[in-house]
Amino acid sequence: MKPWRRKGESILAGFEQQEAAVLRGLVSQLEDMLTARAEEAPQDELAELTGIRTGPSESPDDPVLSRLLPDFHKLDPDNPTREDLDSAAAMRSLHEPELLETKVGVAKIVLDTLPRDGGNVRLSFEQADAWLGALNDVRLALGTALDVTEDMPDELPEDDPRSPHLGVYHWLTWVQETLIQALTA
Amino acid sequence: MECMSTPVASEQTQVDPLGVEAAEEDKPWRTVVWNDPVNLMSYVTYVFQKLFGYSRDHATKLMLDVHHKGKAIVSSGSKEKVEVDVAKLHAAGLWATMEQPS
Repeated sequence: MKPWRRKGESILAGFEQQEAAVLRGLVSQLEDMLTARAEEAPQDELAELTGIRTGPSESPDDPVLSRLLPDFHKLDPDNPTREDLDSAAAMRSLHEPELLETKVGVAKIVLDTLPRDGGNVRLSFEQADAWLGALNDVRLALGTALDVTEDMPDELPEDDPRSPHLGVYHWLTWVQETLIQALTA
Repeated sequence: MECMSTPVASEQTQVDPLGVEAAEEDKPWRTVVWNDPVNLMSYVTYVFQKLFGYSRDHATKLMLDVHHKGKAIVSSGSKEKVEVDVAKLHAAGLWATMEQPS
């Protein structure tokens, strides 16, 4: 990969074919998960009439989706108060549709600007911010699935089933970190 | 007796909660960001600057609080304002919640 650099009003990088395939694959998977969650939202006549969408009030069971769509209150895992539960449920159903739309939106910007076969990427600052958000979402998803910890080693023992995926995770970290450096340079 | 006592009881229960609610609404809400093992320090700082318009120094200080103390209060105000802030932080992928100190 040719690292991110800033040139005038653009942020540039170059991706190898395999790198583009890996990143596009992960972003597409995430987009599919988020779209499926959005389709679970209750459909009712009132929402269609008023245009006010309501999302589900329950946190997703899936740990990856649950990390991407957090509760609005810190709920005591053993004994959450009824008040917090009700408020978190109400805020989730109010805000989740827009949150999903934002996350699907940034995923689409990556898919639109990263050539399928690899090659050069040229982003506006706005598109670069969308990339940062999407890269972060993909890292959150992969990090949750791999059960990443703060003192995660660079490599895991070979017999650890997570070992091959950890390399991808670290590469994504580098892609995100260098994009921030290019944006803030 | 039941008919008689009910209106009295309901009057009392209506008066007290209103007083409590009015007092509670005055207390500002706070936006809390929690530490997590995935989000990059540089990204968290960038998000605080971008979303709240904080200086690099202030954003860095808040990020370090999140990192070392496990959480930081990044904004406060009315319930509506804090709710919007939490929604923006979720869009950026940060683990944020809102609370009203008791």
